[in-house]
Amino acid sequence: MTSPNPPAAKRSLAQRISGERIVLALAAPVLAVVLSVTICSILLATSGKNPFDAWNVMITYATKSDGQVAILNRSTTYYLAAAAAAFGFRMNLFNIGVEGQYKVAALFTAYVGAQINLPSIIQIPLLLITAMLVGGLYASIAGALKVYRGVSEVISTIMLNAISIAIIGLLLVPGIFAPKQGTTSNSIQTDPVSQSSHFFSFNTAGGNLWGFIFIALLVGVAFQFVLTRTRFGFDLRATGRSESAATASGVNVKRMVMISMAVSGALAGLIGLPELLQNSYNFGQGFQQNLGFLGISVALLGRNSPIGMAFAALLFAFLDSTGSQLPLPKNGGFPFEIVAVMQGTIVICVVVAYELVRRYGLKRQQQKVGAQLAAQLAATEKKEAAA
Amino acid sequence: MRRSMKLAAVVLSGSLGMASLAACGAKSTDNTSSAGASDGSLKVGMAYDIGGRGDQSFNDSAARGLDKAKSDLGVSVTEAEAKAGEAEADKETRLKNLIDGGYKTVIAVGFVYQQAVDKVAKDNPDVKFAIIDSHDDAQPTNVTSLVFAEQEGSYLAGVAAALKSHNKHVGFIGGVQTELIKKFEAGYRAGVKSIDPQMPVEVTYLTTPPDFSGFASPDKGKEAAQGQLDKGADVIYSAAGSSGNGSIEAVANNKQGALAIGVDSDQATQPALAKYKASILTSMVKNVDNAVFSYIDSVKKGAPFTGTKLFDLKAEGVALATTGGKIDDIKTQLDQAANAIKTGATTVPTAPAQ
Repeated sequence: MTSPNPPAAKRSLAQRISGERIVLALAAPVLAVVLSVTICSILLATSGKNPFDAWNVMITYATKSDGQVAILNRSTTYYLAAAAAAFGFRMNLFNIGVEGQYKVAALFTAYVGAQINLPSIIQIPLLLITAMLVGGLYASIAGALKVYRGVSEVISTIMLNAISIAIIGLLLVPGIFAPKQGTTSNSIQTDPVSQSSHFFSFNTAGGNLWGFIFIALLVGVAFQFVLTRTRFGFDLRATGRSESAATASGVNVKRMVMISMAVSGALAGLIGLPELLQNSYNFGQGFQQNLGFLGISVALLGRNSPIGMAFAALLFAFLDSTGSQLPLPKNGGFPFEIVAVMQGTIVICVVVAYELVRRYGLKRQQQKVGAQLAAQLAATEKKEAAA
Repeated sequence: MRRSMKLAAVVLSGSLGMASLAACGAKSTDNTSSAGASDGSLKVGMAYDIGGRGDQSFNDSAARGLDKAKSDLGVSVTEAEAKAGEAEADKETRLKNLIDGGYKTVIAVGFVYQQAVDKVAKDNPDVKFAIIDSHDDAQPTNVTSLVFAEQEGSYLAGVAAALKSHNKHVGFIGGVQTELIKKFEAGYRAGVKSIDPQMPVEVTYLTTPPDFSGFASPDKGKEAAQGQLDKGADVIYSAAGSSGNGSIEAVANNKQGALAIGVDSDQATQPALAKYKASILTSMVKNVDNAVFSYIDSVKKGAPFTGTKLFDLKAEGVALATTGGKIDDIKTQLDQAANAIKTGATTVPTAPAQ
């Protein structure tokens, strides 16, 4: 909703941000959320629970300081995941491999962070670059396969996800990436990253707010800038709209595929870092999974736009964080699964809602144009009659 | 100013605003701190691993211990369950929620909780923690590790398998290739070797970390067991959580009378596996329930276990189940092997020899 189609003529600001456009853009996600809240309410009601109590528990937690910190920290990770997926989506490149890319990148970054101990000012950029490089290179495999061998990136990235697990299994063993003599029994993790690798955080009343939120914001701003204000971004969007048309107008599509895949992977490399540099400080066998697929959902809900994804990430983070309060006996012991149901229905509803709203918008446009034409016709007829 | 920049500025200031809100708002736990300790009874909170109560094996065993403590010791309990693919922060929140509810004795089921327990225990020195299957050299003093000598029980399973195999060929199926499951393999191999050094042992791991689905995929267990049967193995020991149900099914469907060895609970008595019990030779029982119960008992008596508490063969932390009487005829050999371990004459390796 924020990527204006390159306008034929410059329109005034008021025209571009007209009320109707905003309403139409917001209608779909709002419709989807309302629909899924309704579906979940019905589900809860049929299982004999009061849905309003559940929503109350969730909203109450979100007004508390520790709940807010939890939501913001989580949305930082979700936003990065969404940005990684969305970058490819914008040029019709389905990078399903975000899942594997972030895990491999986090593993290597954890190793580098544990081995090297430089002043923070060098160390942290070094780790960010390591993560982006590893993620980008891993994604480039799929990019190269597509460009040189015509392998669908959907297939290759899914397979690379499976391979990433094998890579981790191979490397995360004592003596390679994990210390030979671990301090814990039964669980294996890399050595903790050096003190200088710890990213700054704000100590609030509700706990530590991750400073990585600024990296996420930076990614969002850069995302928007590159896509709408650079030639590369124009080429990327043009390729996404129509590959043949882009080729005809001189865009090197193969180069675009390689670069976009690498950038998407580089963004994916950042996903694991908030957890790694702000919370656990090591990469263990229990490192959080499924963030890549979650990112795809968030990107879909946010329509691949940086602002939309920010709201989508906040919404998903809200659901996941506050949902953890539901099963507590003092809160009524709601099933936690309701959050998963809700996220699922939101994603389904959003697809349906976008289509409904798009059709409605199209119809309104046609009616408007029709009315204008009719008025014009009437005017000319009047003129003719007068003459 | 461009629109995109403007919007970015709005989001930036919006999130900062939220951050400052977070800095001064009330915490969700502010008014619940006095909730506990009102009726004087011990309040125990249990945090399960993925699967939770009802997984027919590991978590259920812990749950049995908790239930026993509830009925025998009169403690009040509450439970919370992990979900797949959750963040580290979720584990910490779960433990904190239990503490905020007034549950000052917290039992974490499974080694995945180690980091979260370390962190939360440091912030709550007055709360007593127990963690099952894991210990960390750096863990705070209010954390007690309840660990098991899985390799010793598995050694006995290996002895039984080697004695009962007609083809002189046995198998092992591990759920996920973690250090924990490697202990099962090491003990089993050593047990087989003690009877017949030449006997081949087929080994299959269903998944490798960080993919933990191997603990909950009966289909993968069935396939792996079928593969080992085809290679000629006729006694198969599976340490694979609910995936083991699949391998037991495959073994039971085998026409040559192959046998399965169960794990964690006495699987021949489990309702879900009752129809295969004729094919279940024995089970390597890991008495998590006893460990949980005796820990709660020690806390109630005011002398809680500290450090690392090992439940081995001698302490009856692990044992072979005798349901069905299929190992009664080799009882003397098994007792001999068990005594050798108890007296220290046999030392069972904890990592499989390469």
